[in-house]
Parts: sequence; structure tokens; C-alpha cells
Amino acid sequence: MVADVIDTLAGIAPGSKLDTARNRRTVARQQAQASYLSLFRPKSMGGVSAQERCAVACFVTGLHGQPQAEAFYGQGLTEAGGSAALKAAISLAVAAGKTQGPYGAYPKGPLSVEDTTGLVYKVAPDVALALGRRLVAAFEHTHMLVFHPRDAAAPSLQSLLDAGWTTDDIVTLSQLVAFLAFQIRVVAGLRVLATKM
Amino acid sequence: MTDKIVPQSGHTVPTVFTRDMLDWLPWLEPMDAEKMSQHHLDSLIDASRVKSPYFRLLARDPDVLAARTRTDKDIFYNPEAGLPRAERELAAAATSRLNGCIYCASVHARFAATYSKRVPEVEKLLAEGTGADLDKRWNAIVAASVALTSTPITFGPAHVDALRAEGLDDEAIIDVISAASFFNWANRLMLSLGEPTPAAA
Repeated sequence: MVADVIDTLAGIAPGSKLDTARNRRTVARQQAQASYLSLFRPKSMGGVSAQERCAVACFVTGLHGQPQAEAFYGQGLTEAGGSAALKAAISLAVAAGKTQGPYGAYPKGPLSVEDTTGLVYKVAPDVALALGRRLVAAFEHTHMLVFHPRDAAAPSLQSLLDAGWTTDDIVTLSQLVAFLAFQIRVVAGLRVLATKM
Repeated sequence: MTDKIVPQSGHTVPTVFTRDMLDWLPWLEPMDAEKMSQHHLDSLIDASRVKSPYFRLLARDPDVLAARTRTDKDIFYNPEAGLPRAERELAAAATSRLNGCIYCASVHARFAATYSKRVPEVEKLLAEGTGADLDKRWNAIVAASVALTSTPITFGPAHVDALRAEGLDDEAIIDVISAASFFNWANRLMLSLGEPTPAAA
């Protein structure tokens, strides 16, 4: 039995007021945990290794600047055999990729006045060496999903295909990054609410 | 290696936020409905979703899709306590407006308008964006959604105070947090795996 990750990261104690309030949505609570398990402890890893999953999670949580989540997925990466060199590379990638979102462009038209530009992240050569081809493509795609998802287009997916990600793998990668965007926000929100209960 | 981008051409893309019905065209190949196993079909939760290219694409990782969908339904449809459905939908629409997901915004603006019967305010959110002045309660819900959607996240005690001042209890505030957070999941899938087009008449 894996402890509820949202409770762990938000510091929610059993029997606390917040624990009781969360139980009004028991299914959502259980299924958020089931989502975590199916992404990080799946019955089969399929085409995306445990180390890739955890490396991307470390990048996503680092970009969000959420220390509890960063430490949690860092532990996961250690357990998945992530080397010190890989961890160092991810730290460099986080430092180079941190910015403020959401930004991005709309299809040309009335909304173009709302277009905002920002960092288009490219993995630096020294970091790329430690990440390897698949993770380089994954990190560049992940950065866009985290900070400027409306810039996503078919060429981003083509880069993943070119780096050896299959369609199935891309679905898993996309779910993983998008799920973390959810989990991190629930944790951040509940941590604030806990201080006001 | 056989996997390819699905070429989409000859369609128009919406260039404004709208409550109109939209379709969604995938950039990656959805599963062939005829070739889906029972496990894949079960992951759709609603059998009718087999018609949707979005859900047939996500069914490639069935366990994640099933858990995602059950999370979604409980956050938005569970009638017990918490925030009225209309305002859970408002949080989803505001999140989608800020992230720029025209497809998700269309669906949840429709729901928000249907359940609240406040079409002018919903239209104002779509037209002006998340800075639109709606009313104190809706402004507080939109501001909380915006703060949760921003990266880095800027949600803080003042947002909780503003929601409390508008009568939201702990359960309702958890619903705001959950609905806005969930659309940070949904928007990223919809935006990155395909694109919207006006629904076939």
C-alpha cells in the first residue's frame, strides 16, 4: 500500500479537519492516487522506463519550484537507479528552464493581441549528453507543456517520434506531465488552505 | 519505426473563445475502435466515448485514462456538499481561458452558462479574459483559479480569505482548488495532442 501522495506532500494528517473535508470527494481522492500509481508504479512500464518517468517528474516539479514534490520524485529517481550525473543534469535543466507561465500564441486572428512570448527551452549540449536523446526530446516537450501549452503543435510531437518515442509512449508522457501539473496544484492549494483552517 | 503524425488539413481552427460546439482533431493516431481490447474499452468509462478520437487516443494508456476520468467525474459531478456545479465549471472555464485552451473553454463555458443561467457573465469571461469584472463571488473564484494556474503558483492565504468572504466553506474551497487543478491536467492534453475545429453542422 502506497501512502496517498497528495496527503504526504501537503502534510495532511489522518483525522485532521482537512482529511475529513477531502473525504467529501472520496472517489476523486482515491482516483488521483490511482492516477499516480498507474503512471509511476504501473503493472507494466510499456515503452517508458521508470527512470524516464521519474526524470521527467523531477524536471516538472523543479520547474514548478515545489520542494516537497521535488524531493519526493527525486527519491523515486534514486530508487529507479538514476545516477548522480543524471540528477545533476536535471538540476541544470531546471535552472535553465525556470520562467513564468502560461504564455504562448493563439491561432492568427482576434486573439493574436493576447499573444505573449517567452522562453523556448532547448537542452544545453552538456546536459543533453547526460540525458540522452529520448529525454532531451521529452524535456523540451515537457517545458512547453508546463509553461506554454498553447504553443504545442504537431512538430513538437514529431521531435518526440524522431527521438524514438512511440505514439503509446507519447500518450503516457503527456499524461504524466499533465497529471503532475494537477497534483502539484492540488498540493499547493491544500497546503494554503491548511494554514487557514 | 512506424508511428507518424496524423496530417490534418482543409479544416478551419477557431480564432476566438466561444460557447459553440467544437470538434477536436488528433495529431496522433487514436486506437482503432475495432481493435480495442476489453481493457481499453473499459478505460473509456462511458461506452459512448468510443466515438471520440480524444478518448481513443488516451486509451493507449488505459489505466491512466480510467483513473483520470473517475477523478474528473467526482470533482465535477458529485452533487454532495461543496461548490455548486455552475461554479466548478466556472473554475474550469477560467483555467482554460488563461491557459488558452479554446476547446476546453468552449465546453466548460457552456456548462457554466447552463447551470448558472448567467450567460452575459460567462460571455464576458470568454471575451475579456480572466481579468473580466463579473461579480465579487465569481471574481474570487476566477482569481483563485488564475493563481493556481500560474507557474509558479501564486495561490495564497488572501485567495482563501476572499473565497471565505463570499461564503465558500472548506469543502467549496477544495472544489475550487480541485476544479482549477484538474483543468491544468485536461488543458495540457487537449492543447498538445490535437486541435479544435468548428463542429460539423
